[in-house]
Amino acid sequence: MDAVMYMIRRELLLAFRQRAELVNALLFYSFIVVLFPLAIGANAKLIATVAPAIIWVAALLSVLLSIDRTFRSDFEDGTLEQLILSDHPLSLLVLGKILAHWLVSGVPLLVLTPLLTLFLGLDAGSSKVLMLTLLLGTPVLSAAGAIGVALTVGLRRGGILLALLVLPMYIPVLLFATVMVAHAKAGAPVAADLSMLIAFLILAITLAPLPTAAALKVSVS
Amino acid sequence: MKFPFMPFLHRISSPPRFYRMACRWIPRLGWTGLIFMLVGLVWGLGFAPPDYQQGNAFRIMYIHVPSAWLSLFIYTVMAVSAVIAFVWRIKLAEVMIIANAPIGATFTFLALVTGSIWGKPMWGTYWVWDPRLTFELILLFQYFGVIALYTAITDRRVGARAAAILAMVGIVTVPIVHYSVVWWSSLHQGSSFKTLDNPAIAWSMLVPLLIMFIGTNLFYLAVVFLRSRNELLLREKQTAWVGEILDKGV
Repeated sequence: MDAVMYMIRRELLLAFRQRAELVNALLFYSFIVVLFPLAIGANAKLIATVAPAIIWVAALLSVLLSIDRTFRSDFEDGTLEQLILSDHPLSLLVLGKILAHWLVSGVPLLVLTPLLTLFLGLDAGSSKVLMLTLLLGTPVLSAAGAIGVALTVGLRRGGILLALLVLPMYIPVLLFATVMVAHAKAGAPVAADLSMLIAFLILAITLAPLPTAAALKVSVS
Repeated sequence: MKFPFMPFLHRISSPPRFYRMACRWIPRLGWTGLIFMLVGLVWGLGFAPPDYQQGNAFRIMYIHVPSAWLSLFIYTVMAVSAVIAFVWRIKLAEVMIIANAPIGATFTFLALVTGSIWGKPMWGTYWVWDPRLTFELILLFQYFGVIALYTAITDRRVGARAAAILAMVGIVTVPIVHYSVVWWSSLHQGSSFKTLDNPAIAWSMLVPLLIMFIGTNLFYLAVVFLRSRNELLLREKQTAWVGEILDKGV
């Protein structure tokens, strides 16, 4: 547990020292959200209808952009090899990295979202449900993304490959999250969607560190 | 613990022996598969009675159902090979992952395309975002991911280990595709074939389908042997046994 806490503290400190990268990811997120209304044109009703989808797609893409940082710099300066050699189980250290990534990129994204939903004209009720899906979904994005990064970190140009590996894993989360917002809007029961999202969260947090650790060992070898 | 077939598995996993076995079995499996497929297709397309609801359009089932079954079956084979490759580091299992991925991707693509063509007259649209269809599409992307990851890494053994991890993680999609018509109320119809005692379709329609099943599965085995044989030769090109084969001239 100490190792996980240490890992989180270290990552947060590193992120704080490189604030520009953090801000860049958030700017990227808000830019994508802004692009959609510009492309759709002055149709406020349509924009409000597709707002949850826009927010979720933008969140997926910005996580995809920022997730690469979790292991790349550590791989380049040799820290990753030290982590693999350390006494602590690598999957626990990986869990720390995943949680730290969520704190650094997921939480600011959550904080920014209410403002963006306001821009998109989403009603307050849907906005609250959307926030809930993001709260449950973004840790899954961080955890599943870590698997993809661990697999591609040894490659010089892993960016496009990373998207190809990670996006299929993101689709189920995207589906259930947007369906839940739609169900809530229509007044239908959302318990099933909510349970699925919670199940994804539990599965991702408990299981994803294992293949990530295995993949890191393969990438470093 | 001793399994009766363990010595057989040990013999088979040796590359030269596998190569010789593959050489013997490829023509047998391939030709039998082709004959079965030909009989099944002619019977299914020409002689099976038309469906009372779907008319003649249901006949695409004779290609669609075997392809869809193979898309799931091949992924399962690939994931099992991945586990074997990852745990015991058996070279042949690594080769099997890579040999299976393109075949699986092809059958998944075929299942999606035939499904769309079938969907147009039945559902009035080529594509709906139905759970079964969506997850089958995800399966296709997963096959692409395995292939892309393997080809991106220059060291074949490292590449195979990375692809193995990805294949193992992706196995969750297989039961989702299989049970999607049970779990969700879906536009896609349920399975017509559960047990031999009580099939949901008439025997006159089922028999050609079963023949197609046997044919496509034999064809798949022939292709997987062909691909894994080539991959083995490429990987082992420095070794003595490949040298002997090259000297003899194939």
